[in-house]
Amino acid sequence: MIIDHPLLGPRDSAEFTYMGDARLIERPSPDSPDAAAAFYDYAYLRDNPAGWHRELWFHEAGDRSWLVVTRNTVTHEISKVEFASDVARAKGRSK
Amino acid sequence: MHDLIPIPALGVATQTIGTITIAENAGVALASVAARRGRADICADVLTSILGAVPDVGKAVLHDPEAGFWMAAGQWMIGAPMDTHEDLADQLKAKLGDAASVTEQSGGWVVFDITGAAMPDMCEILCNAPIRRMAAGDVQRTMIHQLGCFVIRRAADDHIRILGPRASAGSLHHALITAATAVA
Amino acid sequence: MTQKNRIAGGQIDRNTTCKFTFDGRTYAGHAGDTLASALLANGVRLMGRSFKYHRPRGPMTASSDEPNALVHLRSGARTEPNTRATTTELFDGLTATSQNRLGSLSFDLLAVNDRLSTFLTAGFYYKTFMWPAAFWEKVYEPIIRRAAGLGTLSFEDDPDVYDKGFLHCDLLIIGAGPAGLMAALTAARSGAEVILADEDFRMGGRLNSETYTIDDAAGADWAAATVSELANMPNVRLLSRTTVIGAFDHGIYGAVERVSDHIATPDAGKPRQILWRIYTQKTILAAGAIERPIAFNNNDRPGIMTASALRSYANRFGVAVNKRTAIFTNDDDGHRTATDLHAKGVKVIVIDPRADAPRARDYEVLAGAQVVDTMGRLGLTFAKVCLADGTERIIECGALGTSGGWNPNVHLTCHQRGRPVWNDALAAFVPDDLPAGMTVAGAAKGDMSTAGALAGGAQAAHSALELKGRLPAIPQAEDAPVNITPFWYVEGASRAWVDQQNDVTVKDVKLSHQEGFRSVEHLKRYTTLGMGTDQGKTANMGGLAIMAELAGKTIPEVGTTMFRPPYTPVAIGAFGGRHRGQDFHPKRLTPSHKWAEEQGAVFVEVGNWMRAQWFPRKDETTWRESVDREVLATRKSVGVCDVTTLGKVDVQGADAADFLNLIYCNGFAKLPVGKARYGLMLREDGIAMDDGTAARMAEDHFVVTTTTANALSVYRHMEFVRQCLVPDLDVQLISTTESWAQYAVAGPNARRVLEKIVDQDISNAAFSFMACANITVCGGLRARLFRISFSGELAFEIAVPTAYGDALIRRIMTAGAEFDITPYGTEALGVMRIEKGHATGNELNGTTTAANLGMGRMVSDKKDSIGSVLSRREGLNRADDLRAVGIKPIDPTQPVPAGAHLMISDGPVDAAHDQGYVTSACYSPNLGHHIALAFLKNGEGRIGETMRLVSPLTDIDVQVEICSAHFIDPKGERLRA
Repeated sequence: MIIDHPLLGPRDSAEFTYMGDARLIERPSPDSPDAAAAFYDYAYLRDNPAGWHRELWFHEAGDRSWLVVTRNTVTHEISKVEFASDVARAKGRSK
Repeated sequence: MHDLIPIPALGVATQTIGTITIAENAGVALASVAARRGRADICADVLTSILGAVPDVGKAVLHDPEAGFWMAAGQWMIGAPMDTHEDLADQLKAKLGDAASVTEQSGGWVVFDITGAAMPDMCEILCNAPIRRMAAGDVQRTMIHQLGCFVIRRAADDHIRILGPRASAGSLHHALITAATAVA
Repeated sequence: MTQKNRIAGGQIDRNTTCKFTFDGRTYAGHAGDTLASALLANGVRLMGRSFKYHRPRGPMTASSDEPNALVHLRSGARTEPNTRATTTELFDGLTATSQNRLGSLSFDLLAVNDRLSTFLTAGFYYKTFMWPAAFWEKVYEPIIRRAAGLGTLSFEDDPDVYDKGFLHCDLLIIGAGPAGLMAALTAARSGAEVILADEDFRMGGRLNSETYTIDDAAGADWAAATVSELANMPNVRLLSRTTVIGAFDHGIYGAVERVSDHIATPDAGKPRQILWRIYTQKTILAAGAIERPIAFNNNDRPGIMTASALRSYANRFGVAVNKRTAIFTNDDDGHRTATDLHAKGVKVIVIDPRADAPRARDYEVLAGAQVVDTMGRLGLTFAKVCLADGTERIIECGALGTSGGWNPNVHLTCHQRGRPVWNDALAAFVPDDLPAGMTVAGAAKGDMSTAGALAGGAQAAHSALELKGRLPAIPQAEDAPVNITPFWYVEGASRAWVDQQNDVTVKDVKLSHQEGFRSVEHLKRYTTLGMGTDQGKTANMGGLAIMAELAGKTIPEVGTTMFRPPYTPVAIGAFGGRHRGQDFHPKRLTPSHKWAEEQGAVFVEVGNWMRAQWFPRKDETTWRESVDREVLATRKSVGVCDVTTLGKVDVQGADAADFLNLIYCNGFAKLPVGKARYGLMLREDGIAMDDGTAARMAEDHFVVTTTTANALSVYRHMEFVRQCLVPDLDVQLISTTESWAQYAVAGPNARRVLEKIVDQDISNAAFSFMACANITVCGGLRARLFRISFSGELAFEIAVPTAYGDALIRRIMTAGAEFDITPYGTEALGVMRIEKGHATGNELNGTTTAANLGMGRMVSDKKDSIGSVLSRREGLNRADDLRAVGIKPIDPTQPVPAGAHLMISDGPVDAAHDQGYVTSACYSPNLGHHIALAFLKNGEGRIGETMRLVSPLTDIDVQVEICSAHFIDPKGERLRA
């Protein structure tokens, strides 16, 4: 597969390390009253859809950026590639 | 002054195979620079004063005595002659202050200069960098013999510089030699 | 022997004669021949034996879809089994032998299988599992193993090398026939970067095998002229002898270039083959079409082949397989073969089941007739034909060409789950759903005429590259329509081969249907149809047509099986490339490697690192002697060990301390500058991930160490936390593992050694336990010093830029000489850490928590850190949880092996009563007996208990005492000295 890196352009997926569901960005707050349950969900319960999926890829043999890749797991079509840090900020993870 | 004598990563003689010459270059001091949060402008100003320009994405600024290339967003590798810049990291830190994190990298890398007409053929069986499409100053991080390396297209048309992990200098050199032999 | 079947014409170089041997006999052929064409020229039709019945076989094709003519090519370590004689380029000195025979090729003892065919029908293999039960292992399996299969390996190392490479282009064109060449011309003239790949050693595709003209030139000449024009264009790369084996996602194609297969041995250092990974924007598949045979009784005798193969042998290779040749065809293309062969002086007769078969002036055409059987023990001698009026006629012939129509070569269009669609006019599947970026042209698309291929190729390039302006002029060429009446097998045929390589007959397909294996994928597995090295390229269509008929369905309703890469078989060596033997993976050498080699160190691979395991002295005969000595000497005086391999990450930035607080379960915010601290990282599920130290070199600068094994994954994790969880912290990371040469100097005299090297006061007062600093050594070299200890002794780790690592180890040895400084390796390191009770990967094994490790109190509840919430889960905090303990044998002479399990001494010994297990064990030279670290249920409360340590697998059962994991200096006085 080819991942169209936001800065570096098309790069072979062999340069990346895969970590699955991009929901890992949404780490729960340890201070919430249901933190234990929220962390249980976070650590163990993730979707594994046949179809469009937002996933984390690490450009290990490149610029060491974590990317959120929107990929169809059936066709391998990739519709969007974003920096995970931008996604994290959009999710309110800025300090 | 201390009296310890450094040794090159590999210490091999320059070798010519067919049209390709492979030379270890032990004379490059290296340091990485990463802009601190909110200090990118100051960092860019200092880099511009040192290199003449801030290396753009996937590019090197081939400048003397310091040169530099882009490693990641807000991060660059700076190189300079070891003879005059062994303390390159300290020199950079003095100029950059709190605007950037500077890390000495001289010991982390082995540097090979490869020249010759068949260099592009050799690159094709080494790594996936599109060497024939790269122009002078283009840089790509890529895998060579399972090793993460930087490939820098230098000013001369037939010249590339490869930075590879120093501890694997022997394996990398072996891969270069076998590839040069295969295309010779 | 003379080339008795050689005729005039063709694209062979008659001035270059190649001597070669087949089964020990010497023959001559010409450059430009294949092994098959040269053998046929010499009158050799018999080239192999079939898979199951050991029936005599000869080539069925002149191309890469060949099922039958598989040979052992070359000899000795270079032997290559199952090589298709039909694509093997002839060279002087080639040696080949036939395979899958017992005895000689012409008298194969296993041909008896043919008589037993009643028992060896479809699914017989599965039926042997069923009854009688005991027969499988003792009777069937050994017999089947011996009899089945084709070629055998040499069982020697391949002396040749293979490369892997990467190519980039705008347009990849697969196949250099009329469509591919025309596409290449069109694309190349536009300036695009073009790669044209063809599996043949001579580009031109079918143009080399036909007598057609293009404009006024012979087709083959037009092809040669076009190839030479392309070869002169700098933006074109011609890859002949290159098979594109797979179409992968997003424009990545795999291709095998056979660089040296056409010479006896590759030149020194040159690869035999290169596996290319081709990155392309657009692709044109111009892979042509494959002619399919017709099934009739005994249709597998040597001499029977596809009609187009006969045409190739005659037109391209100048070989008339036999002077008396019959053609059995259901379409007009078969008649073309007859015309060509007749023109070359061959006596031809055509059998065409169509009542309205075209007539010919020059040779006999039997319209409405069918071939119903053949004769000839080791090769065809007679064909039995059923005429239109129902009478039979015996025809003498040594070659029989069959033409059942052409299948567009859709293989690569289906590698991404695309399915072809049925085309009634062609009676064949044509491409439909294509991989992104691919277009198809020429016969592969179903454009069967030369004119159609030329125009289609130009059009495909034009649209693929979105070229403006007019199409180039298309040369004049034949434009005959396809005229075919589907005809798959002769009525009543039973021992009629559908898949010749896997010996699947019409009868087997019927049996599969009868026994309920009717889906096309079941048919394939049950009968093995299409499972040979040729993947049924000539067989599958026939099989599924018969199945369709039996099931009362149409062929498209039955559908095709999946097409998967590789298109043709690929040597494992090509996939391995240079990564074999010593080069399987790169080596990482420590800065002291050269010096350690001089000391005679024994090395061990740790990941890719080569680490000194121990340093044997001349009088030492066992590794234990060396290791015991190194341990004792270090604890008595001083030792030195290269610890460069530990991962090192430079963490800088205003928020560096906050960042470490998040990744370590223990706190780092209050760590003062100039101090280091042990840190434990948890995974988010509360399990321990890695440990190390973080040294605060400045307010905004930490040096973090990881274990050697986890250096990469911990760095990746740290970047994940930085970028994905706290994107706006001011923290920058970079790995510096290899930038610094780092040595541990340990033992009571460690300080006295280093005082001679470092340029500052390192007394206990000035540089206390866990201190760290940027210092200089030897009069000014920048260095780092850490007072950390893995051995439990007074110890320092000293780091200098890697280039000085060699000089520093020699300086340390000189400085330590007066204290008998002893270099120690990873074994002694391991012994000392077990004696001290320090955890490593054996204990941080992916199942253990901080509490299990005895570090539960380290998990701070005053701050957030990765894993802290889930580490507090009830399930990880039970009263009887595992705790780290020490173990010593009651009988000090007995070993306590790692992996053994602890049991209550008078209780039952079984998994249900398991109390814990040993993670690390060694002989302690300081204590004089074996010791071990273990995890034990409620371990803290059981110190002093006597237990049984058992390992049923190794038959070990010893009495042990549970003790503290800190065997040496439990109060830590030495390391603070």
